[in-house]
Amino acid sequence: MSLSQGVTETAINSKKTVNRKKIKKDKWVPYLFILPSFLIILGFLFYPIATVFYYSVQHYDVSAPYYNGFAGLENFKEIFTTDKMFIPSLINSLKWVVSEVGLQLVFGMILALLLNQTFKFRGLVRAVAFIPWAVSGVLASTMWSLMFNEHMGVLNDLLMKMGIINEPQAFLANTSTAFTAVIIAELWRGIPFFAITLLASLSSIPDELYEAARVDGASRWKSFIFVTLPQLKNTIVLTTLLRVVWEFNNVDLLFNLTGGGPAHSTTTLTMYIADLAVHGSNFGYGSALTVVSFGILLVFAILYLKLSRYEKE
Amino acid sequence: MFTVNKKVDKILTLYLPLTMLLSFTIFPIYWTLNTAFKPEGDIVKRPLQYIPVNPTTENFVAAWTNVGFATFFKNSLIVGVFTVIAVLICSTLSGYALSRYQFKGKRSFMLMLLCTQFIPRAMMIIPLFVIFKNLGLISNPLSLIITYTAIEIPFTTILMSGFISNVPKELEEAAMIDGCTKLQSLRHVVFPLLLPGIVATGVFTFIYTWNEFLIALMLTNQQSKFTLPVGLSTMMGEFSINYGALAAGSVIALIPAVILFAYAQKHLVNGMGGAVKG
Repeated sequence: MSLSQGVTETAINSKKTVNRKKIKKDKWVPYLFILPSFLIILGFLFYPIATVFYYSVQHYDVSAPYYNGFAGLENFKEIFTTDKMFIPSLINSLKWVVSEVGLQLVFGMILALLLNQTFKFRGLVRAVAFIPWAVSGVLASTMWSLMFNEHMGVLNDLLMKMGIINEPQAFLANTSTAFTAVIIAELWRGIPFFAITLLASLSSIPDELYEAARVDGASRWKSFIFVTLPQLKNTIVLTTLLRVVWEFNNVDLLFNLTGGGPAHSTTTLTMYIADLAVHGSNFGYGSALTVVSFGILLVFAILYLKLSRYEKE
Repeated sequence: MFTVNKKVDKILTLYLPLTMLLSFTIFPIYWTLNTAFKPEGDIVKRPLQYIPVNPTTENFVAAWTNVGFATFFKNSLIVGVFTVIAVLICSTLSGYALSRYQFKGKRSFMLMLLCTQFIPRAMMIIPLFVIFKNLGLISNPLSLIITYTAIEIPFTTILMSGFISNVPKELEEAAMIDGCTKLQSLRHVVFPLLLPGIVATGVFTFIYTWNEFLIALMLTNQQSKFTLPVGLSTMMGEFSINYGALAAGSVIALIPAVILFAYAQKHLVNGMGGAVKG
C-alpha cells in the first residue's frame, strides 16, 4: 500500500502539496465510509453473540418461565454430565466434517486440475461444473430425496439394474445408510467450492516451474507432488480450515433429508443445537451448547488467523 | 503413432474423468426436471421413466398456485433485492475505505471482518429470534434483510476492496487533476470500471439470500412470509408429499440462482480467488 502510494506521489510530483492537504482534510472520510458496515456488524452479529454468552449462564426456558434466572455453570454441567446427546452428536460432527472436507478437497482438486487444462467449450464446462455451488442446501435436499426415495427413487432403480441390490432400499430411513447418503448429497454441493478456489490458485502458478520440471524429466505425478502441491499449499490449508468451520455449522441437508434421524444417527452438534432452537424453547441450555461448540471452532479460527497473512502483516 | 497416444492420453486424463464428474453434477438436476414434467401417476410407475412419456406442466401450475410458490418466490425476491441494495451500499463504502485510505483502526476493522467468518450461524438463531421478537419484526421481511446484510457485509467488503484496488488510483487522481471533484471522479471513472465487480458482488449476495434456510426458518412463522427454502422444507416435511409439485417447486427455486450464477461465475471465480488468497 505504502509502496504504491509512493509511486503515485512521484508520478504526479507537481501536485504533491495539493494532495497532502487533501489527505489531511479528509482524515475523517474513511471512518464515515466504514460506519454503516461497522454499526450493522456490531448490532446484528457481535451483539447477538454477546447475548448467547449471557443466556448460557441463565435458566432461560420459554416453556418454564417461573424457573428462569441466573444459573451459573449449571447448563454447562448438564452438558458434560447428564446430556446423552452431547457426546454422540459431537462424534457425528467429527465424522461429518472429516469425511465432507476430505472428500470435497480430493474431488475438488481433481476437478480443478481437469478444468485447468485447455479444451473446447472450457468456459461452458466450467459454468456447468460449478452449478451445485449456486444450489441451496434445502434445494439439494429435495433433489437428492427424489433420487434416494424408496418408491420412485432412481438410485434404487440403477443399483438394482446393476445387480448391487435386490430390492428397493429406504436409504434415508436406514441407520446403516442414512449418514452416507447425506454425505454424498453434501459432497455434490461442496466440490465446486474447492474447485473454484483451487482453480484460481492453479492458474497463478508460473508455467516456467512446470517447464523446468519437465526438463528435469519429472513425470506428471511428480510435477504434481513437487510443483503443484507446494504452490497450492497455502490455499489448501486456508480453504480447508474455512470449510471445516462451514461444514461444522452446516445443517441444511441434515435438517431436511433426515431431520437428524433415524435414531439420531445423523444428529451432529450443530444439528442438535438447531433442533433445540427451532423445536425446543430452552434458550439457556441451547445457548450453553452453542458456547461449547463455539469453543471447539475457536481452535480452527485461531489456526486460521495464525496461518493467514493477517498475522504476518 | 504419437498423435494416437496423445489422444488416448487426453481421453484418460481429461475427457473420461471430466465426464464422470459432470454426470455426477448434472444428474440430480436432470432427475428433478424429469420428475417435474411427469404427471403424478407416472412418477412412481415401474419401470421408471428416464424420459417423461407424457410430459406435462401441471406440476408447475400446482406448485405455483396451490402450494404457494408464487408467494414464496415473491418473498425471496423482496428479501434478496433489498439485501443486495443494502449490502452493495455498505460494502462499496467500506471497501473503498479499506482500499484507498490508511487510517487508525484499519487493521482492527479488518480483523473484525475476519472474525465474523468464524461465528457459527447456528449461534445466531436464538439471540436473533429474541432480538427481532422484541422489535416486533418476526415474520417481517425486514428482519431477514437486516440479518443477511450483517452476515454478508464482511465478505463482500473484502471482495469490493479487492475490486476497487484493481482500479488504478492514478486514473482517479488524474481525473481530479483535470478538474473533477472527488464525487465526479468516482462516478465517471471508478464506477464504470467497478461495475463488473459490483454485479458479481450483488449476484453473490442475492444467491446467498435466495438459498439461506436456518435463519429464515427461525425468523418466520407465517406461511405467507416463507422464503423459497423454508417453503420447500415444510413441503418436504409433509406426510403426503406431492413429488411432482415438490420437483416443480425445486425447479422454480433453482432457475434464478442458476441463471445469475452462470452470468457472474467468471467474476466470482476471480473475486473468490482474490478473497481467499487474501
